[in-house]
Amino acid sequence: MRLFPSLLDNDRGGRIFMGLLGVVCVLVPIFNLAVPETSPFHMSTYTVTLLGKYLTFALLALSVDLIWGYCGILSLGHGAFFALGGYAMGMHLMRQIGERGVYGHPVLPDFMVFLNWEKLPWYWYGFDQFWFAMLMVMLVPGLLALVFGWLAFRSRVTGVYLSIITQALTFALMLAFFRNEMGFGGNNGLTDFKDILGFNLQSDGTRIGIFLASAIALTLAYLACRYIVDSKMGRVVKAVRDAEDRTRFLGYRVEQYKLWLFVFSAVLAGIAGALYVPQVGIINPGEFSPINSIELVIWVAVGGRGTLYGAIAGALLVNYGKTYFTAAMPEVWLFALGLLFVLVTRFLPAGIVGLLRRRGAEAAT
Amino acid sequence: MRPWRGLAAVLAAFILLLPTLPAAAEEADYDFSAAVDALRVKSYADKEVAISALADTGNDRSIEVLEGLLVGRLFYRKSDQRMVLAEPQDVDYEIRDAATGEPLGTTGKRKLKKIGINNKLRKHLRGTIARLNLAHNDPAVRMAAVKEMMRNLDAAASDLLRAAMARERDVKVREAIRSGIALADLDSPDAAIRLRAVTDLTGSLLPEARNRLSGLAERNADGSSSGPDETVSLAARKALQSIESKLALNRLAETVFFGLSLGSVLLLAAIGLAITFGVMGVINMAHGELIMLGAYTTYLVQLAMPNHLDYSLFVAIPAAFLVAGLFGIAIEQGVIRYLYGRPLETLLATFGISLILQQLVRTTISAQNVAVSNPSWMSGSMEINPALAITYNRLYILIFALLVFAALLAVLKRTSLGLQVRAVSQNRAMAKAMGIRSEWVDAMTFGLGSGIAGVAGVALSQLTNVGPNMGQSYIIDSFMVVVFGGVANLWGTLVGAMSLGVANKFLEPFAGAVLAKILVLVFIILFIQKRPRGLFPQKGRAAEG
Repeated sequence: MRLFPSLLDNDRGGRIFMGLLGVVCVLVPIFNLAVPETSPFHMSTYTVTLLGKYLTFALLALSVDLIWGYCGILSLGHGAFFALGGYAMGMHLMRQIGERGVYGHPVLPDFMVFLNWEKLPWYWYGFDQFWFAMLMVMLVPGLLALVFGWLAFRSRVTGVYLSIITQALTFALMLAFFRNEMGFGGNNGLTDFKDILGFNLQSDGTRIGIFLASAIALTLAYLACRYIVDSKMGRVVKAVRDAEDRTRFLGYRVEQYKLWLFVFSAVLAGIAGALYVPQVGIINPGEFSPINSIELVIWVAVGGRGTLYGAIAGALLVNYGKTYFTAAMPEVWLFALGLLFVLVTRFLPAGIVGLLRRRGAEAAT
Repeated sequence: MRPWRGLAAVLAAFILLLPTLPAAAEEADYDFSAAVDALRVKSYADKEVAISALADTGNDRSIEVLEGLLVGRLFYRKSDQRMVLAEPQDVDYEIRDAATGEPLGTTGKRKLKKIGINNKLRKHLRGTIARLNLAHNDPAVRMAAVKEMMRNLDAAASDLLRAAMARERDVKVREAIRSGIALADLDSPDAAIRLRAVTDLTGSLLPEARNRLSGLAERNADGSSSGPDETVSLAARKALQSIESKLALNRLAETVFFGLSLGSVLLLAAIGLAITFGVMGVINMAHGELIMLGAYTTYLVQLAMPNHLDYSLFVAIPAAFLVAGLFGIAIEQGVIRYLYGRPLETLLATFGISLILQQLVRTTISAQNVAVSNPSWMSGSMEINPALAITYNRLYILIFALLVFAALLAVLKRTSLGLQVRAVSQNRAMAKAMGIRSEWVDAMTFGLGSGIAGVAGVALSQLTNVGPNMGQSYIIDSFMVVVFGGVANLWGTLVGAMSLGVANKFLEPFAGAVLAKILVLVFIILFIQKRPRGLFPQKGRAAEG
C-alpha cells in the first residue's frame, strides 16, 4: 500500500507536510487525553485549541496561495470569505443554544431578545440544521465570490485595482456587520456557544474532535488544490498569471478560469472560518477588518507563494510568532510584522521555501 | 467791529469752559456711581425708579449692572456698603466694583448682601435692558437684543421694537425688528393687522415665525380653519408654504456644503496618492500614515508654541510638508525603488511601513488620541440667514484644499519638475531616452505626494481626532477617489472627490452614515465595471501602460 496518494509523487514538500501533520494528529490526542495532567508531557487543551486555530489559518493561507501564487490575483479581502463562513457556523451554534441563553428564549438568540425583536429574521431560518449550516458555509462565500468575481474579471479589473476593490469589499462588509439592524449581533458578534452536534464545546474530547476535523479539512483541501494546479486547468491558470493577454489570444476564456478558481478559493476560506469559530468561541465584525486580510497575505509571502505547502508553513510560523510576541512584548509585534512585510517583499520574494530551495540547489552543485 | 466781538465771545467761552471739561466727566462718573448706589433702597417701588434712573444715565456699564441685578449677582458689601458684582468661585465670591468694574479680589459669602428683586421688577428690568441694548452702538448687540426679545414678545416689547425701528439704520437689524413686530402683531385683535403681519412674515426663516404660522394654519378635523379668521389662516398657509420651500432650499445648500466639505477632505487625502499612483503606478499603503504624521506635526508645533496658537497652523503647514515629504523620500529610496515593476509587492511592503509608522507614533508619543486645538479664527460659524450657518473650519479647509489643488496643478504645469513628472508618467522609457533622470523624478514625485499628505494631515487635525489609527480610514476612500476620477488626472481627482463627498452627504439622511458609505463603495465597484479607467481616462498610448 502506498503511504501517499500518487498526486504527491512530485511534491516533496507536500509529502513532508502530510507526514508531519499525520504524526501531529496521532500525538496530540495522546498527549492531551491519555497522558495525565500531572505529567510534564501533558498537552493542555488550550494548546490543542491553539494548534487547531493555526490549522484553520493554514487552510485560509492555502486558499490565498491558490489564487495569488498560481493565478496572480492578490485578494486583500479573503478575510471576508473566512468571516462569512465563520458567521454561518456561528449562526448554527447560536441556534443550538436554545433555551440555555441568558434570556431563555426558545428560538431567538440573546442579542435579538435584547433588541426587542419579535421573531427570527428570514435569513436565520434553517440554521438550526447542521447540514444546512454547512451548506451555507460553502454557499455564501462561494456566491459572493461568484458575483464579485464575475463583475470584476469580466471588466478586466486586475492588479492593484483588484486588490483595493477586494479590500473595499471586506471594509464595506465590516461596516455592515457592525450594524445591529443587520441581525448578526452587531459589535459583539455571535458568542456564548454551548455545543456542536450535541457535544459540549468546552470538553477536551470535542476540542480534539474539532482539531482533527481541521487537520482532515486541511489535508483534503491540500490534495484538492494540488490536483487543480497539476491539472490542465492549473497549467492554464499559471499561464494567466504569467501572461494574461497572451493566454487570452490563444483562445482561452481567461475570465472563466479566474472566476472558478476564485470561487473555489473563497469556499476554502469559508470552510476555514467555519472550523475557526467553534475553537475560539466567538465571531465578530472585527474578522472583516482589512488588516486581517492583508496579514494573511503576508503569511503566504513569508512561506513562499506558488508552492501550497509554503503557504501552510508561513501561516504556522507567523502565527506562532504572533502568539509569542503579543504575549511577551506586545509593543514589538507591530514593528516585527511591519518589518516582515518589508523584508520579505524586498529580500525574500520566494519566501522561506524559496530560500531553502536555493540552499538545496547550491548544495547539489 | 462785529466779527471781532463774536470771536472774542467764542474765545472767552472756550477759556471759561476749558477747566470744567474733566470736572464734568468726573461728575458724570459720580452721578453714575450714585445711581448704582440708589439701587440699595429697600422698597421695590423705589428700586423701580432707581433702575430707570440708572438706565437714563446713558453710561455703558449700566447694562452690565442691570443684567447682574436680573440674575442675582448684584450685592453690596456689608462692611462699607459698596455695590459689587460677584461671580461665585468654589466657596467664595470674586467681586468687582459695580460702578467702575475695578476688581476687588475674593470675599466670603457672609460679607455680602444680595440686592433682592421681585417678579414685577424682573419684568421691568428685562424691558429696560432690552431698550438699552436696542439703543447700543454696536449693530451685533442690537441684533442679539432683537433676537432675545423675540423669544418673549408682549405688548411692551412690541412697543420697544416699534420705537427702535424708527431709529434703526442697519438693514439686517431693521429686517429682524420688522419680523419681531410682525410676530407681535399676530396676536393683535384686529384681523387686518394680523393679515399684514402674516404677509410680512412670508419667507422669513426665523424658527419662531414658522412655529407661530403653523399654529395659525392648522386645520380642524372637518377642514375648517382653527383660527378665528379664515383669510388670516389662508394667508398663513401660503406664508408657511413659502417658508417651507425656502427652508428646503437652505437645507439643500447646507447638504451641498457639507458634501463639498467632505469632498475637500477626500481631495486633500487623495491628491497626493493620485500623483504617486499616477506617475509610478504603485499604491502607497502608507499614504494614510503620512497624513497622520502631518497631523502629529501640527500637534508638536502647537506644543512648541503654546502662546501663539493662532499662528501655529502657518508654521505647521510647511513643517508637516517637510516631515511627511522626507519620510516619503526615505520610503521611496529605502524600499519602493527596489520593487518597481512589482506593484503587488510594493503594496504589501508599504503596508508594512504603515504598520511600523503607526507603532512608532504609539510608542514615542501616545497610544491615545492627542488634542490638537483649533485657532480662534477657525472656530465659530458664519450665519448666512437664520436657517443656514457655515462653520469657519469647514469653510477654510474647503478653500485650503482648493488652494493646494491649484498649487499642485501649477507645479505640474508650470515647472520643469512638473514637465518631467508628466513625461515619466506618460512614457517612462521614452522620457529616459530623452535624458530625464527618472529615478530622481520618482523620488521627487514621491516626496511631493507625501508632503501633500502631510499638509492634508494639518487640515484634518482641525476636523477629526488625531490618533495613531487615523490614517487607516483614509486609504480606501482616497483610492476610491483616484479610481473614480481616473488615474494621473488631477481634475479627475477634484471632480471625483467632490462628487463622492456630495453623494455621501445626500445619501446619509436616507440611509444613515454607515449605509451611505457602503452604498458609495458598492457604486464605485459597479462604476469600475463600466469605466475601468475612471471618469477621465488617459487617452492614447499612455493608457495601455
